[in-house]
Amino acid sequence: MANVTLRNVHKTYPGGFEAIKGVDVDVGDGQFCVLVGPSGCGKSTLLRMVAGLETVTGGEIDIGGRVVNQIEPADRDIAMVFQNYALYPHMSVYNNMAYGLRNRGMAETEIKTRVEEAARILELAPMLERKPRQLSGGQRQRVAMGRAIVRQPKVFLFDEPLSNLDAKLRIAMRVEIRKLQRRLQTTSIYVTHDQLEAMTLADILVVMNGGRVEQIGNPLEIYQKPATTFVASFIGAPPMNLMPLRPDETKSRFAGDSRANGKAGILGIRPEDFVISHETIAGGVALDLTVEAIERVGAETFIYGARQHEEQGIAANPGDLPPGELIVRIPGAIAPAIGERIRAIAPREKLHLFSADGRTRLEA
Amino acid sequence: MVEHEGIQRYLAHAILWIGISVVAFPVYLAIVASTQDNAVIANGQMSLLPGGHFLQTYYQTIFVGTSGSTREPVGNMMLNSLVMALMIAVGKIAISIISAYAIVYFRFPFRMAMFWIIFITLMLPVEVRIYPTYKIVADLHLLDSYAGLSLPLIASATATLLFRQFFMTVPDELLEASRIDGAGPFRFFWDTLLPLSRTNMAALFVILFILGWNQYLWPLLITTRDDMQTIQIGIRKMITTTDALTEWPVVMATAVLAMLPPVFVVIAMQKLFVRGLVETEK
Repeated sequence: MANVTLRNVHKTYPGGFEAIKGVDVDVGDGQFCVLVGPSGCGKSTLLRMVAGLETVTGGEIDIGGRVVNQIEPADRDIAMVFQNYALYPHMSVYNNMAYGLRNRGMAETEIKTRVEEAARILELAPMLERKPRQLSGGQRQRVAMGRAIVRQPKVFLFDEPLSNLDAKLRIAMRVEIRKLQRRLQTTSIYVTHDQLEAMTLADILVVMNGGRVEQIGNPLEIYQKPATTFVASFIGAPPMNLMPLRPDETKSRFAGDSRANGKAGILGIRPEDFVISHETIAGGVALDLTVEAIERVGAETFIYGARQHEEQGIAANPGDLPPGELIVRIPGAIAPAIGERIRAIAPREKLHLFSADGRTRLEA
Repeated sequence: MVEHEGIQRYLAHAILWIGISVVAFPVYLAIVASTQDNAVIANGQMSLLPGGHFLQTYYQTIFVGTSGSTREPVGNMMLNSLVMALMIAVGKIAISIISAYAIVYFRFPFRMAMFWIIFITLMLPVEVRIYPTYKIVADLHLLDSYAGLSLPLIASATATLLFRQFFMTVPDELLEASRIDGAGPFRFFWDTLLPLSRTNMAALFVILFILGWNQYLWPLLITTRDDMQTIQIGIRKMITTTDALTEWPVVMATAVLAMLPPVFVVIAMQKLFVRGLVETEK
């Protein structure tokens, strides 16, 4: 069991490309830390640096009170689960799990006990003699997990372990991984680009972008109080609606609020925070929309609406949607017709305000 | 695959049979000739059915040799050929797989230069560099030795390139998983890479064994002693151009015997060979 601490970690490739631009993360003993971000944000590189598969060009990586920058992967007391599982194709399931232990010179009886214990936990016992190619994707995934478990390492590292599975299996394995980690109480670092996986697995969520940490914290806190517009649009699906505000709009909209600083800003409203109503809310936002598209997913419905911005005095939206378009999420399947004009309102406490560059959250 | 109807199918079969006959008939003739009496062959009255001298001819061929020209029993020539072919096949695979491992998995100065140097040797087969190679082998006193027969043929790039291509398809994660599992470079090579290369090695072995077995020019140059000659040279020497009567049954028996080891190797390794060419175990 161990803490993992990253202190001002940098990674610059020989070509001069800076993949990691100074990351500080502290993962407590037994915690499940998820690194999430779009592809190319450096999350996998960071994980591989913790594993020792990439060199550290600046800063320190500390596992269990020991700086491991110069230590070989095998001696860091970590175990890693790879995206493509990286099982040894020519070895049986048993040998795949036993290989690392044998290399450490463990007694064959102890290896047997550990492998059988892991096989029992992961329900792999009937498959120990099979080769990886005779297993299904989910079973291979479990063997990869088993290979990590038998080592009884200080830290588990997961590199997008579920992305090769189909959607249904992914959800099942996600739950299993979480249960397993709770049971073993092993510090874990998990990389994913799937924000749903990140939200459901993490004790600590690290949102990364462009080699930097955008925000660290408890997943729910990050959802509720995203620190930047990047986090706001990355965490939560569908993404938060973002609309630029002119200085006078900031002032008028957030009047009587410490946020009414008279500077230009970006207003954010989550699709699920809207209500369709003809009322207006004092201090809140009311947007008149023309319904352009509707997505019904059963329990909820997403309405894509175009804003009539002159009326609202809010300029076009720079986010993921075409200018002037935003998403409203409503429960159930009863939705307005396409072309209908509706009013979406959001209460004041649900409004997020960011600085104009999107780098800072302005708190009330 | 396109299913052909009626006549087309028979036509295809007929063509195949003609092809097979063209290949197989001389072989059959060699087998038949090896069982006939030499006088009958010399008369030009050879029957197309096997004669009664099978055991006698093969005994003489393997253990005694022709009465005149070579003085060496074919059994010994076969042994020479076998040792040479095995040394070439095994030596080439061993050296190539190690050099491919170095080129693919290690970062050392002039790595790419090394690769290109190896690559360039593809353009220099033994026939091209035959004089300098002969000179070197002679200076090393390797004439009339197994080392002299096989070493110059071991040095070649084809197998290195093949293994390099194969190693580059092995996922990097396997190496990384091995590193985390505490396997150093040697263990990774031995425990993971070698077993994965098994089918490739088998395919290469078949090709290289036959290549080595069929060598003619090089053994002809560097073996002068009768007890070091290979079977291919032996056959040539048996067919005398002087006034002595060629012992055709023995020559044919030798040809048949010369054919057997490659056939055996192909049959024995066919499964692995085909798998090595078409699929990889990943």
